[in-house]
Amino acid sequence: MHWSSWSAFWAMGGSASYVWGAYGMVAVAFAAEIALLRARWKRAREVARRGAEWSGSAGQP
Amino acid sequence: MQIEAIRPSRFGFHRFAAPSEFYRLAGRLVPWFASAAVLLAAFGLYLGFFVAPTDFQQGEVYRIIFIHVPASWMAMFIYAVMAFWAGLGIAFNTRMSSMWACAMAPTGALMAFLALWTGALWGRPTWGAYWVWDARMTSTLILLFLYIGFIALHGAIEDPRRADRAAGVLAVVGVVNLPIIYFSVQWWNTLHQGASISLTRAPSMAATMLEAMFVMMFAFWSYAIAASLSRARAILLEREKRSAWVQAVIG
Repeated sequence: MHWSSWSAFWAMGGSASYVWGAYGMVAVAFAAEIALLRARWKRAREVARRGAEWSGSAGQP
Repeated sequence: MQIEAIRPSRFGFHRFAAPSEFYRLAGRLVPWFASAAVLLAAFGLYLGFFVAPTDFQQGEVYRIIFIHVPASWMAMFIYAVMAFWAGLGIAFNTRMSSMWACAMAPTGALMAFLALWTGALWGRPTWGAYWVWDARMTSTLILLFLYIGFIALHGAIEDPRRADRAAGVLAVVGVVNLPIIYFSVQWWNTLHQGASISLTRAPSMAATMLEAMFVMMFAFWSYAIAASLSRARAILLEREKRSAWVQAVIG
């Protein structure tokens, strides 16, 4: 442990904007991808379910 | 289509090539890889921020390395795997392979973008520029464009099988860019530094820095696998929405 305090940690030796800008973007990007993946999967399920109702006979191509 | 007609054998790995089996298996694996990613990232960040020492030349800003190197490696590695599956899809006309390639492309593109973004924020304080037309940076930008091209081309063609083929050719041709990225720091006089790790030399980094980087590498790896598997599941549902097994799964 080499940080004298939490404020020293957040300051990152004066490079806070670069370090947290890089880590922040990674966090935002992963969170966004996870949200998009979940939405896509839900949409795909919904479309498949509605398709089954419309055709009235599941399993027919 | 009757799924029973192509009932896979009970034993042997190839039965996971059947879409329904793959869908189920992927669904079971995603939480494991996602949890591994979270735990590894927590441990890697602890090592990177609280154990690894301050760099004697760069100060604290070097800590970007713990995400920059994993993102860059994953961008290249995912491309190689994606091109492999795309090539297999073209050669043997196996639709699961091409779906795999499609499932990886967006995560690979994200990694390439993050490699460039974190690199820019590291370059500014250490080189004095967010961006230079350096061989490694330019070839990584081309990698991002290859991913975007693959996704756009696939999306532009209505028929999925034709889209697999066209985008697959692009993916396979784009593989030539990978050795260019990797060896760019040796072939050209680049601003980007050479490799800190090699198989033949001792690493030019403190051991704790190296450990943190590898743990983060595995975290990114697990994340990429979880994301690709999730996307593959969604793609399977989209493409096979009228098949019996999808109707059974969502029923």
